Amino acid sequence: MEIERLRYMADQIARNFAAQGEAEAAEATAEHIRLFWDPRMKAALLADDRSALSPVVARAVDLLEG
Amino acid sequence: MGFERQADFGTPESGSAEQVRLTIDGRAVTVPAGTSVMRAASLAGGAIPKLCATDNLEAFGSCRLCLVEIEGVKGTPASCTTPVAAGMAVHTQTPRLEKLRRGVMELYISDHPLDCLTCSANNDCELQDQAAAVGLRDVRYGYAGENHLGQKPDLSNPYFLFAPDKCIVCSRCVRACDEVQGTFALSVAGRGFASKITAGQAGDSFLTSDCVSCGACVQACPTSALIEKSVKAIGKPERSVITTCAYCGVGCTFRAEMRGEQLVRMVPWKDGKANRGHSCVKGRFAWGYAHHKDRVTAPMIRETIDQPWREVSWDEALAFTAGRLNAIKAQYGARALGGITSSRCTNEETFLVQKLVRAGFGSNNVDTCARVCHSPTGYGLKTTFGTSAGTQDFDSVMQADVILVIGANPTDAHPVFASRMKRRLRPSNGKPGAKLIVIDPRRIDLVRSPHIQAEHHLALQPGTNVAVLTAMAHVVVTEGLADEAFIRERCDWDEYQDWARFVADERHSPEALEPVTRVPAAELRAAARLYATGGQSRSAAAGTRKANSAIYYGLGVTEHSQGSSTVMAIANLAMATGNIGRPGVGVNPLRGQNNVQGACDMGSFPHELAGYRHISDQATRTLFEQDWGVALDPEPGLRIPNMLDAALDGSFRALYVQGEDILQSDPNTHHVAAGLAAMECVIVHDLFLNETANYAHVFLPGSTFLEKNGTFTNAERRIQLVRKVMEPANGMEDWEVTQALANAMGLGWTYSHPSEIMDEIARLTPSFAGVSHARLEEAGSLQWPVNAATPDGSPIMHVDGFVRGKGKFVVTDYVPTDEKTGPRYPLLLTTGRILSQYNVGAQTRRTANALWHSEDVLEIHPTDAENRGIRSGDWVRLASRTGETALRAEVTDRVAPGVVYTTFHHPETQANVVTTEYSDWATNCPEYKVTAVQVAPSNGPSHWQEDYAELTARSRRVIHAEPAE
Repeated sequence: MEIERLRYMADQIARNFAAQGEAEAAEATAEHIRLFWDPRMKAALLADDRSALSPVVARAVDLLEG
Repeated sequence: MGFERQADFGTPESGSAEQVRLTIDGRAVTVPAGTSVMRAASLAGGAIPKLCATDNLEAFGSCRLCLVEIEGVKGTPASCTTPVAAGMAVHTQTPRLEKLRRGVMELYISDHPLDCLTCSANNDCELQDQAAAVGLRDVRYGYAGENHLGQKPDLSNPYFLFAPDKCIVCSRCVRACDEVQGTFALSVAGRGFASKITAGQAGDSFLTSDCVSCGACVQACPTSALIEKSVKAIGKPERSVITTCAYCGVGCTFRAEMRGEQLVRMVPWKDGKANRGHSCVKGRFAWGYAHHKDRVTAPMIRETIDQPWREVSWDEALAFTAGRLNAIKAQYGARALGGITSSRCTNEETFLVQKLVRAGFGSNNVDTCARVCHSPTGYGLKTTFGTSAGTQDFDSVMQADVILVIGANPTDAHPVFASRMKRRLRPSNGKPGAKLIVIDPRRIDLVRSPHIQAEHHLALQPGTNVAVLTAMAHVVVTEGLADEAFIRERCDWDEYQDWARFVADERHSPEALEPVTRVPAAELRAAARLYATGGQSRSAAAGTRKANSAIYYGLGVTEHSQGSSTVMAIANLAMATGNIGRPGVGVNPLRGQNNVQGACDMGSFPHELAGYRHISDQATRTLFEQDWGVALDPEPGLRIPNMLDAALDGSFRALYVQGEDILQSDPNTHHVAAGLAAMECVIVHDLFLNETANYAHVFLPGSTFLEKNGTFTNAERRIQLVRKVMEPANGMEDWEVTQALANAMGLGWTYSHPSEIMDEIARLTPSFAGVSHARLEEAGSLQWPVNAATPDGSPIMHVDGFVRGKGKFVVTDYVPTDEKTGPRYPLLLTTGRILSQYNVGAQTRRTANALWHSEDVLEIHPTDAENRGIRSGDWVRLASRTGETALRAEVTDRVAPGVVYTTFHHPETQANVVTTEYSDWATNCPEYKVTAVQVAPSNGPSHWQEDYAELTARSRRVIHAEPAE
């Protein structure tokens, strides 16, 4: 899967949770991805360079890995 | 049983709970108070002669045929306009009445052609019946006097004709157009002997008038003055079968009136709880596609998509398909395969397709067209209320005091429900009409139509729904209009307080957001107050019934980057004002396709099994695994846009598409085409070689709704039976095709009737536990949930509490879409639908409905048009960052400056070449409603359109099988 697109999708989710505060937004983003993304999409995002991700998404990816 | 018209009780039901006892012709009768004497007599098994009365319309009292005598009452009152009274003694047949009625009939018949034997309505004519009933034997006046005979018929409408010489000017057609449809296209011109029914203005025909061809006048006509051309061509039907329409999510039920296997006409069924005897031009008339010459009835295959199609036997087609699917699965794994269920097919068929994907292919890569329409409704309402569906039945609208319509155009997309809504918006019998708020970038018809005027039309900038709704919430909270008693009882109070603090922030005030939404703050405040209070002042509200405010919404809400947020913002607003859980209120998504609600219910989404249960939930998965005898993948699958993305990187290779044309309906056509072209096995199961089939390797011919048994579920969660009236032209119902494919893959399915599939659904889905075909036969229809707690279904949801427990307020921050206008693309394109066409038009384009809409046109504001030198009718180039197409312009102030609008019904235009891949953050529902575009004059179709026309022609070459010796 094209990583640019996945990054964009993850970031869009994070932006819509942003009003909850960073920690909650990261948790909600991780949960959303866990519930709605196909394994190959999750795997591609997890394998992505963290520095290319927005801070909330990077934190969400940490949560998904943990 | 032979053909019989549906019973007509003469006047509508009174709806009163109070019962009144009277005698009619010596027989004791008990009926609800307010019932007419005519209806009471009819309920008691009698039939008072009548011509101007019919039970779809208010009593009119003009024909003077239904006169009765009542003991103690002077004269001979009309039974249609006389309500029953306790102890009343009515006589319906006396020498005096006999003479009066015969005199009336004699006058009618003296000016009526006596060509009954060759008349289209022969033996199905109320005038004929009444002449018989009153014993008319002679016309003393003769026939030589002045008369209306020999007038030319109006044949302009493709589906029905108007023969003025057969007209008795009872005005039933005029009243049907006014009361039932609400279009007011017909009137009686002239007076006395010169009275004549006319459509539109002087010089108009039925086709050029405002007539929307709903058929209500034809249904109301007691003679052959207004009659279906098909009846004229074929003759009187011999039997009728009740079935459910396969067009929009309203789910009208019809009597399919047949001769043999030939459909003569579709007549709306008065006992249908969704449509209450009404119809629109699509359901009533546009069924000719079923036998259109383009219909493919034999299976076809090809090795590669550049080859012509080859007609083959079912066995060969299925073996070829199963072989490819198994090979791809063996080489690339189960997750390389997927399917799309059809929102046009039955629940049973949809359930089987997702079962084939999950249990047969072994992946959860199953999705449905709701992905591109109401998936945000699923997400948003599940999150806030706990269930993925609308909260009300359609009848509920009749009890609303305020109706808020946002991002929906019911008169075009849900016409039969729109007629009901319009009925509530007009004052009736002294009761004021409901007040209307419309939130839409376009001035939709509902904003101002005969006898209807919206209190507020908030013509917002496309893409700012969340900002507008948050500003409305700001007004509710800061002006003390929230229903705190309701919230404390029904919702999570802490979450409410978080939300209230958020919306009360000054940056969410209507004034602060006006530059973004372009909605004048004062207008927005007034609309918010009206919705919250129902128009009652607080002092007046004390002690009286709480006013009812209802929200109806459509794809203008969901098809945005923030579609899910908007749905949740709507839910927040309804909860904050206590407008949930009783008749007259609620959150009502107007669902697009006939069975899109059902497709969602049946587990068509990649993350959930039937009944909206997540695939990761082990208990649910185990239930299905035990029933199906397979292990299921616990991870969610790919959604449609993800499938296309995954196809491009080679990890997704096979797709089974039932009854859906993703190439035309999904955004960014180039991307969809590239995704499909990258796949090794695309199976299209449809009626026609649609646009997606240009990229298919297998074509499995499908069956129409007239050719199958099963159920559809409409927008009010109403499950209704679909009944077969003719044999499938392709030889199999669609569920049989899916089963044959499953069995070719070795799954060993043995369903012999769709009722067995429904039994499996009921066994595995708690909200369908009490549903079976037998139960539906008995009840007529059922609204889920149907279970032990609600064995007769649930017209209204969340009555005593929310399905999820406490209602959840969700903070919905306005996040602007990334699709921005700029110097190169300064206008915003929004897309929608028109009355006469349906979805991608595959069905309606193949009917005479094309007369009303033969091409997509671009609506553009006069200012924007003038700046570009564009006049109505000119070809224009419509370009976005994604692609470009060309179509004709229509200059109109229906759209605001800066906004352009078109429909997506025609593949030649292919509006989706222009739409982008931006989508809802939560569900990937495409942002069809906001695309930055430029419009410029052009000479004609674009290069893409010309190339595409050539590709289409090349893709539809067929080598026919040799006929068997």
